[in-house]
Amino acid sequence: MKPEELVSMMEKARADSAAFKHEIRVCTESGCMSLQSDTLLKTLGDEVKSRGMTDKVHVKGVGCMGLCCNGPLVKADAAMYQFARPENASAIVEGLSTQPVAELLCDLQQPFFTRQKLVVRENSGNVDPESLIDCIAHGAYQALLKVLTTMTPQQVIQEISDSGLRGRGGAGFPTGLKWATVSKAGGSTKYVICNGDEGDPGAFMDRSVMEGDPHRVLEGMAIAAYAVGAENGVIYVRAEYPLAVKRLTKAINLARRHELIGHNIFGTKFSFNVELRLGAGAFVCGEETALIASVEGKRGVPRPRPPYPANYGLFGCPTLINNVETYANVAPIINKGAAWFAQIGTEKSKGTKIFALTGKIKNTGLIEVPLGMPLRDIIYDIAGGVPDGKEFKAVQTGGPSGGCIPAELLDITVDYESLAKAGSIMGSGGMIIMDETSNMVDVARFFMEFCMTESCGKCVPCRVGTYEMHELLDRICEKRGTPEDLQLLKDLCDMVKQTSLCGLGQSSPNPVLSTLRYFEHEYLDLVKQAQAAHGDQSHAATGEHIELEVLP
Amino acid sequence: MTSTTTRPTVATVWLDGCSGCHMSLMDLDERLITLAGLVDILHSPVVDPKEFPSSVDLTLVEGAVSSEEDLHKAKIIRAHSKYVIALGDCAVTGNVPAMRNYWDRSDLFDRAYVENAQEPPTPEERKALLPLVVVPPLRPHATPLHEVIKVDLYLPGCPPPADAIWFVLTELLAGRVPNAMSVSRFGK
Amino acid sequence: MTSVTLTAESITLQIDGKDISCRSGETILQVARENNIDIPTLCFLEGLTVWGGCRLCMVEIAGSPKLHAACATTCAEGMAVSTTSPRLKEYRKMIVEMLFAERNHVCSVCVSNGHCELQNMAVKLEIDHVRFPYRFPRLEVDNSHDYMRLDQNRCILCVRCVRVCGEIEGAHTKDVKGRGVLAAIIHDLDQPWGESQTCTGCGKCVNVCPTGALTQRGTAVGEMTKKTDFLPYLTLMREAKS
Repeated sequence: MKPEELVSMMEKARADSAAFKHEIRVCTESGCMSLQSDTLLKTLGDEVKSRGMTDKVHVKGVGCMGLCCNGPLVKADAAMYQFARPENASAIVEGLSTQPVAELLCDLQQPFFTRQKLVVRENSGNVDPESLIDCIAHGAYQALLKVLTTMTPQQVIQEISDSGLRGRGGAGFPTGLKWATVSKAGGSTKYVICNGDEGDPGAFMDRSVMEGDPHRVLEGMAIAAYAVGAENGVIYVRAEYPLAVKRLTKAINLARRHELIGHNIFGTKFSFNVELRLGAGAFVCGEETALIASVEGKRGVPRPRPPYPANYGLFGCPTLINNVETYANVAPIINKGAAWFAQIGTEKSKGTKIFALTGKIKNTGLIEVPLGMPLRDIIYDIAGGVPDGKEFKAVQTGGPSGGCIPAELLDITVDYESLAKAGSIMGSGGMIIMDETSNMVDVARFFMEFCMTESCGKCVPCRVGTYEMHELLDRICEKRGTPEDLQLLKDLCDMVKQTSLCGLGQSSPNPVLSTLRYFEHEYLDLVKQAQAAHGDQSHAATGEHIELEVLP
Repeated sequence: MTSTTTRPTVATVWLDGCSGCHMSLMDLDERLITLAGLVDILHSPVVDPKEFPSSVDLTLVEGAVSSEEDLHKAKIIRAHSKYVIALGDCAVTGNVPAMRNYWDRSDLFDRAYVENAQEPPTPEERKALLPLVVVPPLRPHATPLHEVIKVDLYLPGCPPPADAIWFVLTELLAGRVPNAMSVSRFGK
Repeated sequence: MTSVTLTAESITLQIDGKDISCRSGETILQVARENNIDIPTLCFLEGLTVWGGCRLCMVEIAGSPKLHAACATTCAEGMAVSTTSPRLKEYRKMIVEMLFAERNHVCSVCVSNGHCELQNMAVKLEIDHVRFPYRFPRLEVDNSHDYMRLDQNRCILCVRCVRVCGEIEGAHTKDVKGRGVLAAIIHDLDQPWGESQTCTGCGKCVNVCPTGALTQRGTAVGEMTKKTDFLPYLTLMREAKS
């Protein structure tokens, strides 16, 4: 494709869609699809056809609109409908020319929508992820065009560095610095990898980006490849995301057919190819060295670092690995400038972050907010607080590698530094909200069970340590635990954290450590209850004489 | 024997083990006579008492905790002893008695009492074959002693050599805490 | 064995307060052993690639908040390494205790009793009992091979056998299946060893195995001894040939 073709394609697509009087958008991501939004989409199409309105009404499937708990969501012109079922199709089409369907209306003025700031998800819910034309109409590949025709790789890296973007996969490493490192690494062959192995319980941000706006991820990867000097890219997606795989496959095929990836993109010297690799469902493959091993066709286990992938990665070549959301931030930064991006967020945490809200909370779903927003605003304002009149108890951020934040810390801001200070991490963006009915020892046991079953088994502290920590937590939860068990658990947490090979092991004690930090009394209560029920098993002479039973 | 003397009192107990550790104790040979001059042995399989004494300075425990009776005994031992030594691998690690832990108890019973019976039993006979009365019930797992009571010193070995037992006893009598791993190890 | 070239840069560092010089690119473990400083290891074996799984060789490096695996960390100029500290000793003890708790290492009835690296490590680290709950898993013994045996009960997953099979023998019969504590050594596509089409029967895996997991059949308790010193010779011969 030539540069002018992209522009003419965009203008034509925009003119085409402006020709329609009405537009109906139906969420076709996994959540809403599970409630037959695909049938709804088809029924709406049929309805429009039967009314002879195909030239007036444009019906399309789009990405996630956020409020997943009220799905399927449908946007019909300015009206947002919730809980839309296939049987509502007729009323929805009818409502286009008359009054919106009152009983299905979803209030777009509620804080859930108004307090969000959409950067990564700006097109999610607007574009048809399966249509390249529609994505181009909404500005896809404009940033790539700008980069390839007007910027040098160094300028691109500078722009990303200036924006202050940090890795969205969890650790928050400065993205610009990572790109610069790979760019400076020697070697003629380099790779860029997109880490889409999202595996934290309660996290589905990356899935949504891949399902809702796959071209944005491809564009980000292509820009990164240009910046670091790579010609090959790999998207690593877990096979449990079949829809994401389907959409990405389609996006890659379409982009390749229109020469948006491939040889000499936009007539420049830059070539870039992307390959999709499916993970077999191992959580550890989200760790970069394990991911690389998996892509190479080996068993997905991490290896000691250094050497880091930036110097010695896929097939021994310098490799850039970033998370899906990180790549999805690239195009807006290029389009609107580093300064624009840097004014969102806080001093050290720039931009926005997507969070997946789950658990005991009124509004479950996906939100994108500026970093630095107070946690209280997210929980009570955007997410609507805890339902059924229960008390908020804690929120687990960062999944099994993260920690819980108790009610008394609700006023902290959500950014990399303050979450770390509170004993948790930003992680990939899962937020699991717990109310007063949750026992925190049980919560820690749940996450430990996850780490235990997901440990790859390579290093001893993680392989056996997670098993033993789980066993001790199980004892304490089942009121069989002794004070010695609790002490042993604490010692184990320290050892596993210090000696494990990769991040999975090193962070596996975090849920225990953070619940111990804020809810130690719950551990002590359970141990006390165990002692009351079974007597002090452990020791100490009582002095009284007990007859030994003589057996028959 | 009387406990009116001021000499240290010693007990030895045999839980789920093969008695090899006690054999090793017997292997002290002529040093047993020296030992008899140093301590009073109040309770031991070789002394054959029925009750555990009300207070003992030092108790050596052989064997894993396998049955409810073992558990009961272990608790009494702990309550009545100032210092408890886990003697030998069964008490320290579970060792051979714990090799039954990989199976369910019902499978074990079937294997031991039913499958190996000379004539295939009827369901009624099967029940009669299983040792469900008289014999103390088996716990789900045979465990090391320290899983159920606090242990003060561990002397591994299968069995711990007589020299190791002698070293540990004489060091303790001299008021020093011995390093058992300098004289024995797992499986020795 | 690394050949000395004229361009090899020499580095000075401190290990346990002792000034030491070494060639650039050498690992802390290599340099420590050359200087008779003992750092315990179980998965490391000279002649095989570094695995970094047992975590016994963790050392402290001044100025770094983290611990580092000596087998996988290359020396740097001015580095100050500490290989023994109360904390490191405690961690090492816990790791070896966990290995005993993970599977069924019943030393008293093991053919490698008395010649076992795990057992010796317990003695070295003065482990007289295991604080952690034993797992007591039910595991298989693969007796299908004519003269070798794999006893999963005694495996510590150091994967020396997997590495020697792939890297030295070139057969890659052995690999690992499963995750976490359920991970296990397999042959080919998880077939009985005796039915493996790729196994050459060379027996290297048996000799590099630190415990009684891989043994010669027909050995009784305590009879199995291993010869691990063949590896450096093999490597030497290959270097001389090329």
